[in-house]
Amino acid sequence: MPLLEVKDLEARFAVRGGDLTALRGVSFSLDKGERLGLVGESGAGKSVAAFSILNLIARPGYIAAGQILFEGKDLAAMSERELRKIRGNRIAMIFQDPMMTLNPVLTIGTQMVEALKAHRRISTRAARDIALNKLRKVQIPSPDKRLDQYPHELSGGMRQRVIIAIALLLDPEIIIADEPTTALDVTIQAEIMALLLELCEQDNVALMLITHDLGVVSQVTQRMLVMYSGRIIEQGPTREIINDAQHPYTQGLINALPQMGEPGERLFQIPGSMPSLKNVPTGCPFHPRCSFATDECKRRMPEYVRSGNVDVACYEVSNLIEQEKRMQEVES
Amino acid sequence: MTTATLSRWDRFRESFLWYSFKRDKVAIASFIVLLSMVLAAIFAPLLAPADPYDLAQINIMNSELPPVGLDGSDPAFPLGTDAQGRDLLSTILYGTRVSLLIGFGAVVLQAALGILFGLLAGYLGGRVDSILMRIADVQLSFSTLMVAIIVGAVFKASFGNLMFGEVAIYMLIFIIGVAEWPQIARTVRASVLAEKKKEYVDAAKVMGFRTRRIMFRHILPNTLSPIFVIATVQIANAIISEAALSFLGLGMPETQPSLGSLIKSGFDYIQSGSWWITLIPGLVLVVLVLVINLLGDWLRDVMNPRLYKG
Amino acid sequence: MLAFLVQRISQAVLVMFVISVIAFAIQDGLGDPLQQMVGMSVSQDEREAIREEMGLNDPLVVQYVRFAGNALQGDLGISYFYGKPTMDVILEHLPATLELVIGASLIIIVFSVPIGVFAAIRPQAWLSKFFMGVSTVGISIPVFLTAIVLIQIFSIGITVDWFPQDLGWGQWLNAALSTEGGLPSYGRGDDLTPLFGTWESGFFSQGGLLHLILPSVSLASIMLPLFIRLIRAEMMEVLQSDYIRYARAKGLSSSRVYFLHALKNTMLPVITVGGVQIGIMVAYTILTETVFQWPGVGLMFLEAITRSDIPLIVAYLMVVGLIFVITNTVVDLIYGLVNPTVKLTGKKA
Repeated sequence: MPLLEVKDLEARFAVRGGDLTALRGVSFSLDKGERLGLVGESGAGKSVAAFSILNLIARPGYIAAGQILFEGKDLAAMSERELRKIRGNRIAMIFQDPMMTLNPVLTIGTQMVEALKAHRRISTRAARDIALNKLRKVQIPSPDKRLDQYPHELSGGMRQRVIIAIALLLDPEIIIADEPTTALDVTIQAEIMALLLELCEQDNVALMLITHDLGVVSQVTQRMLVMYSGRIIEQGPTREIINDAQHPYTQGLINALPQMGEPGERLFQIPGSMPSLKNVPTGCPFHPRCSFATDECKRRMPEYVRSGNVDVACYEVSNLIEQEKRMQEVES
Repeated sequence: MTTATLSRWDRFRESFLWYSFKRDKVAIASFIVLLSMVLAAIFAPLLAPADPYDLAQINIMNSELPPVGLDGSDPAFPLGTDAQGRDLLSTILYGTRVSLLIGFGAVVLQAALGILFGLLAGYLGGRVDSILMRIADVQLSFSTLMVAIIVGAVFKASFGNLMFGEVAIYMLIFIIGVAEWPQIARTVRASVLAEKKKEYVDAAKVMGFRTRRIMFRHILPNTLSPIFVIATVQIANAIISEAALSFLGLGMPETQPSLGSLIKSGFDYIQSGSWWITLIPGLVLVVLVLVINLLGDWLRDVMNPRLYKG
Repeated sequence: MLAFLVQRISQAVLVMFVISVIAFAIQDGLGDPLQQMVGMSVSQDEREAIREEMGLNDPLVVQYVRFAGNALQGDLGISYFYGKPTMDVILEHLPATLELVIGASLIIIVFSVPIGVFAAIRPQAWLSKFFMGVSTVGISIPVFLTAIVLIQIFSIGITVDWFPQDLGWGQWLNAALSTEGGLPSYGRGDDLTPLFGTWESGFFSQGGLLHLILPSVSLASIMLPLFIRLIRAEMMEVLQSDYIRYARAKGLSSSRVYFLHALKNTMLPVITVGGVQIGIMVAYTILTETVFQWPGVGLMFLEAITRSDIPLIVAYLMVVGLIFVITNTVVDLIYGLVNPTVKLTGKKA
């Protein structure tokens, strides 16, 4: 049984003039120790998906439908009290900008010890020891000094290491990392990502990595899913998708990566931009920008079809598969 | 290709300002109340049943009559009379007029001073900025009311009671205007500092425009919108400040009272049961200030794009 | 830390200097000690001689230095009206004002924080909307008017008879809305407890406390809504921040998130504003003391103005200036200590 199973998740924003749908029919699963990547442009809904797991979508967002099964229990239906026992304890989160995430007026030590004391009955002393342990694990120099320092006294990279340490404090089953390196210097991004990967492998912690960086996804994750306009349009083993993307959007994303090989060539861009929540097109949300769009694409959202180990929601792909099948039948 | 140009009225009708005004009931109600009070004040000589400062019309036999609805009232004096027999409705109309006059006048003055000093401080920077802002800081930390009281006290002591009374209106406009310029100056300065970095200022400099022209014709229009918000609230503050000064005896004299001085003179009679002499002008003052504050709140919400309601 | 202190204190000294110059200018411009000391029958020549002797013809700078020197020693001249040193007069009246300010401050602190926090956490609750509505009205009512209304309601009493007296519910409503008053509204009463020096306190006797109630509430009435609005606004903004969401993601209890993570960040700007409000409070004491005939320095100042008692006016300005400067410096210091991002070398991080 998968560790985490999200079924048909739908999330909305309650605004004047009617609710806007941010996530629609989102389903995926996460096994123990597995590393899953959530990829998409800004506004695709990947952060909303990540936050909805612990029911932390910022108001006016809310979960409208669906189930989030963690070890068999539905997180979306849980009370705040029960959810609090899981947050930070069984499922931990890493946010994007460590400067904004740490409370500027409290010491690092306070912010680490309180996380421990919220879930276990231990003394402050014992909590500090565990905190020191984790700080060493994330390779922070002079950890005992850090405990009494304030966030602004640390560099950006160190702050994110602290955040990772906090995530590991209670030995969670899952870490949800929302763009953990985007706010850091380019030189440090690789270090932090490598650290996170190593720690997850060591302790067999499942990782849900939200990012727009395909490079990171291909190096770190085992499976990935691609989101567009609140829907998952392609989902499967990372290797397969990167090497041979099926959905036109995913292909566009990969083609848009600058290639080192050909100097002077124009960079590829997918024409147009992702629609805002208010202007979601009918049918497949990508069809206005898709070179393969047909009338059917404008009418209904395509179902998932399987190609290899990958699930894709695209009529073009399903048509191609149909064609292949028919050709095979003709040959045999 | 021709593009139709909308008239100013059409542009206003389609603006966000009008749209949000229409939808905000509190703003509409406040505006209506304010407009009625202002109009009533302007037309006081026409609306008032009697001229309360014409000694020939006052009869001491009419003194301390309660408002209509209570025992002993007289329909000729719908809101009652004060200790000298003056009709309260008339005195309030005239008093509102004085209060509004001083309120607007003081704000115009403080806006002029504030804009001038704010522009200078922000644009010229350096020592000018330091000195001006130091003065502003000290004035603000003393609280503008205190400054107004001190300046008022000094003026009263030097001019003496009688002469002070005659020029009181101008004195009060001056006092309150001078006491409150820092607030606007600070805001203007902040805007100027932000605008200074923008490219159109460099462009103007490169084209050789004089400092003065750049300041007033180019930068100033961009700093005006927060000033509108502040100015609205400041009118309310000015009215309260004037009322406070008058209540202390440093403001309008009895012969030309504002709402504040009406409250002051009425206070002596509250113990004897004639509460209306002081409380009805008080109520009018509160309503006036309240609607201005409410409009100011609405204006601030409209001008601030970041704000979600609820 | 030391550099921070030095910078703030030197600023304070500079401001004090400017205040003293202004005070001196007022004294020099308006005051005429001769008029108080000698009668009308003294001849012009004799007046001139006395002026010379008193040093009133010396250059202004010299006179100022003398003035400042005296001030530093606590000598701010002799009051025309009271005939004794102004410092004595001020010290006699100061305790009354201090107690008034203490009473009002207590009310503000005790009520503004819980109400402000509650209104921020549950902005949609009808109680929150009620408090915010009352606050908006509250800041529109000048402090002296609140005082007068309070006097009417709680001291003089109001009788309500709008509802039919012969019906049970009418009678009940009339009784419920009417008040008998009875709270004292004049002065401090005779029931004062001497503490030390000239300080007679009203806090330790029933009479004293009763007399303190209406004036303190009046004084607090203008600042309480301000603080409630401020705390609510700051707290609501803080609650939107990432670190609050992160704190919840760690599984912390709501009370810890609100009362430690959020509140500590909220109170920082409130301290700054609070410091400035102290200045405004001094101005409002003048108004409040006038309404209640409270024998504090505010009333003393006003009477001095009416009597053209220039030395007392000048002395009051100097003392008030000093109080302002000290409180502002102390508030700055406290803020610097409480906010860890302020580097105490004097610059902000």
